[in-house]
Amino acid sequence: MASTSTAPAGAAPVAAPPGAPVRVVVPPGGWRADLRGIKVVWQRELIRFWRDKLRIVTSLFQPLIFLFVLGGGLAHLASGGTQGVDLRTFMYPGVLAMAVLFTAMFSAASVVWDREYGFLREMLVAPVRRGSIVLGKCLGGATVAAFQGLIVMALAPLVHVPYSAVMVAEVLALQLLLAFMITAFGVMCAVRIKQMQAFMALMQMLVMPLLFLSGALFPLSGLPRWLEVLNRFDPLTYAVNPIRTAVFDRIDLTPAARAALLPGITWFGWQVPIGVQALVVVGFALVMTTVAIWEFRSA
Amino acid sequence: MSELAVEVRDLVKRFGDVEAVRGIDLDVPAGETFGFLGPNGAGKSTTISMLCTLLRPDGGSALVAGHDVVAERDEVRRSIGLVFQEPTLDMYLTAQQNLRFHAELYGVPKAVVPARMQLVMEMVGLWERRSSLVSTYSGGMKRRLEIARGLLHAPRVLFLDEPTVGLDPQTRASIWSYIETLKEQEDITIFLTTHYMDEAEHCDRIAIIDQGKIIALDTPEALKASVGKDRVQLQVDDADAAIEALRERFDLDATIAEGHVTVAVPAGEAFVPRLFAELGVPIRGVSVARPSLDDVFMSYTGTTIRDAEARGADPMLAMMRGRH
Repeated sequence: MASTSTAPAGAAPVAAPPGAPVRVVVPPGGWRADLRGIKVVWQRELIRFWRDKLRIVTSLFQPLIFLFVLGGGLAHLASGGTQGVDLRTFMYPGVLAMAVLFTAMFSAASVVWDREYGFLREMLVAPVRRGSIVLGKCLGGATVAAFQGLIVMALAPLVHVPYSAVMVAEVLALQLLLAFMITAFGVMCAVRIKQMQAFMALMQMLVMPLLFLSGALFPLSGLPRWLEVLNRFDPLTYAVNPIRTAVFDRIDLTPAARAALLPGITWFGWQVPIGVQALVVVGFALVMTTVAIWEFRSA
Repeated sequence: MSELAVEVRDLVKRFGDVEAVRGIDLDVPAGETFGFLGPNGAGKSTTISMLCTLLRPDGGSALVAGHDVVAERDEVRRSIGLVFQEPTLDMYLTAQQNLRFHAELYGVPKAVVPARMQLVMEMVGLWERRSSLVSTYSGGMKRRLEIARGLLHAPRVLFLDEPTVGLDPQTRASIWSYIETLKEQEDITIFLTTHYMDEAEHCDRIAIIDQGKIIALDTPEALKASVGKDRVQLQVDDADAAIEALRERFDLDATIAEGHVTVAVPAGEAFVPRLFAELGVPIRGVSVARPSLDDVFMSYTGTTIRDAEARGADPMLAMMRGRH
């Protein structure tokens, strides 16, 4: 009686309708169903991103303004402190992180859109775990953001960074990780927020400080104490520094320049290895995803 | 014995102090088209939300397609199709992409997806437009697409919450013809809510719900028969004289409704010859109408659906109702 078959039930035998009826037996759930759920939510993010060409262009706009307008404008002023390195070369890894940051935030905003336009309901009533929907969203956000990152990576020669397959692979992996964390963070916020304006205002309020504190646009050496403390608490720090290391490993730098521009991250005097830094990002990503899934369950 | 698609026992839902659903019992056999009729705020949507596992009941039990809506939530979700009042489509995807998303989320076996997709889209006449973005669809087309999507995973029970609300009369009629086709082609139970009296007549059985309780449950014909009286309307030059004459000669209380002298009598057609013979006031025309569900609602609640909605919309009155 409690079967999921669609065989005609009841007393009256139902004649097969004309035109070869398509009998569908929906299988019970399980990890396969959850995987299919993750995949289709991910695919939808890609389709929607690809369809929105304007968004691809606009999310590139701001990082490029920072790199070429701000970087170009300040280059002369900053030349005393960059040990002969072009300021734009220094800022480039930060801008790689920035492009990902903005795109991932925008992806997370789609949760709020989906709610406003009702599509969230279609997902919430489906017989899949809420976790699949959150994971699909985060993976989708990570993918499109990494794609934006690739476009910015193509600009490397313009800031005196040579192309290198290893660098592209390293940076891309870090960008995926960063984008996943940011999308999870965005989804975590978006579940609670019912209106687009409120979400955008919150993101405006959070994104710029997180970006500035991360050291994307200035070196971590010789910072005032309070700024150094805030920097260590900013999750972005642990993505920006490895990206900068991956880029700087490919260019010729004097030891003095490297020490000034890429001092690395220290915790109470301990030099944190790059691997541990990446693990910090993984840790943040896991916590944020877990919170997002937990919140989504009661949404 | 036929299987029950929906089995509800003493279902209760409270929002704070207000009891939105106050102990509903309901049996819907498989294959039936069942209508939930009542004014806005009567508890229709709350009940349907509980049956669809979107709201947790505060009391009682409900089985849908043989599964408990609380304990076997995912099984219920797999066996039902849902069409909400508000649109839940992705406007930036094509119709086909919307359906594919649904098929994946509901785990429809990959081998049958294309054929099934064509079947449901042809059923609602949208197969030709399958590659268009949903944002280019009209309101009626969107609703039809939602119905097609709700059917994609071959649910055993299809819930339609106000399927024609906000649509023009012509589109409403076409939605109903699709639902009729659907009943012929699929082995399915349809559970719908409406507050349009004329639409409720498409159902095999109707429950009339008011203030969170079912006040009548039967076939549309039986409900109308229980009212028992036809509505006779007279076109006369002197309405006052006609009303006066009806009272004196037939002992009937007539009123003026929709501009005509209106009177309710048990057998309308048989009354007309007597009317012409005995009234003594010139008559220009007569119409006889069978009782509608409007009359049914009025006879059970003492108010029309429209007045009941006006009452429900008044926050003061709603508060007072909630208090006792």
